[in-house]
Amino acid sequence: MSRRPYVRPISRTGWWTTQKRYTEYMAREVTCVFIGAYTVLLVWGLMRLSQGQEAWDSFVAGITGPVGILFHLVCLAFAFYNTVTWFRVTPKAMPLMFKGKRVPGTVIVGGHWAAWAGVTLVVLIVAGI
Amino acid sequence: MVDRQIEFKILRYDPDSDEAPHWQSYSVPCDPDWVVLDAINWIKDNVDESLSYRWSCHMAVCGSCGMMVNGEPTLSCKAFLRDYPNTIEVEALNNFPIERDLVVVLDRFMESLAKVKPYIIPKEPRTAEDGTYTQTPAQLKAFKQYSMCINCTLCYAACPQVGLEDGFLGPAALALAHRYNLDSRDVGRSAREDVLTEHDGVWACSFVGACSQVCPKDVDPAAAIQQAKIASTIDYFKERLLPGRSR
Ligand code: SF4
Ligand code: FES
Repeated sequence: MSRRPYVRPISRTGWWTTQKRYTEYMAREVTCVFIGAYTVLLVWGLMRLSQGQEAWDSFVAGITGPVGILFHLVCLAFAFYNTVTWFRVTPKAMPLMFKGKRVPGTVIVGGHWAAWAGVTLVVLIVAGI
Repeated sequence: MVDRQIEFKILRYDPDSDEAPHWQSYSVPCDPDWVVLDAINWIKDNVDESLSYRWSCHMAVCGSCGMMVNGEPTLSCKAFLRDYPNTIEVEALNNFPIERDLVVVLDRFMESLAKVKPYIIPKEPRTAEDGTYTQTPAQLKAFKQYSMCINCTLCYAACPQVGLEDGFLGPAALALAHRYNLDSRDVGRSAREDVLTEHDGVWACSFVGACSQVCPKDVDPAAAIQQAKIASTIDYFKERLLPGRSR
């Protein structure tokens, strides 16, 4: 009898492909890249605005062209996925208690969606749509 | 009841003779009401007495029978065959070294547990004469869920960070630290803070959430860790921003 524990190898680069839940996690993490990209676009837009009418007009022409619209749709889709997956896990980080009872996860997730709808409405009103 | 013939593929490893683990197949006549552990017991009793594995209670209490069953960390005494197809793969728990067959080396888990001081650290020493502690139902509720852990380590087998980061304390140990921090009888929060917030503590968790999905006791270690992250962030700012507070 000898001790010779065997360590099974793990792929440092491919581990996230080995299980569906790991791949879903990676998808959630990777989609934040598109949120970052859209933030860059917004900052870029602000910069163009500060450069005067002409710069702003060419920026608007860019984002309303086919490539610009495609970029928006792609970012929207990934941002939506990112939001859904993150909202879904919010109850884990917020164990709210109300009158000695734990607030059900569905209420916490629902609260996030309600807040999202509220903010969206305000943005749309401010934007004059 | 008619027996159901099920093909079990078991990952075998004998440190005395094997260079690496290998799969071995057994065809088992199973009672439809059996769990995976019953079939493994049948193999040991009838086919191959050298098959090594841990178990004790056969009722999801002792936490010793964890195995990968068709790739999922599972208590084999809770894995009813009626929920499985006619071929079942059984392997030692992921992310642990294999000692022999289905038995894993638990040293890392034991060390992680010890590091988080998983016991009540009282304000002042108390003797039996002082009587028992009292706690309101609300105080109990604050931590009860996190005290249900049976140390089965399924969460360690599910967590990719445990596999990738050698020193990571892991879900159950961190959940247990949080459990004692939430206990009204305990004042050990600052004593546990360093180990919780160091590199291998809560911040090594990237919130995959797999631990909570496989936990047989609904401990929800992922929730405990996220809450511990928030608590440690608040502590960090309190210590630095509020006057008169020191570590
Ligand atoms: S937290 Fe759950 S999965 Fe992890 S050791 Fe405890 S009971 Fe097992
Ligand atoms: S044998 Fe005790 S938990 Fe399975």
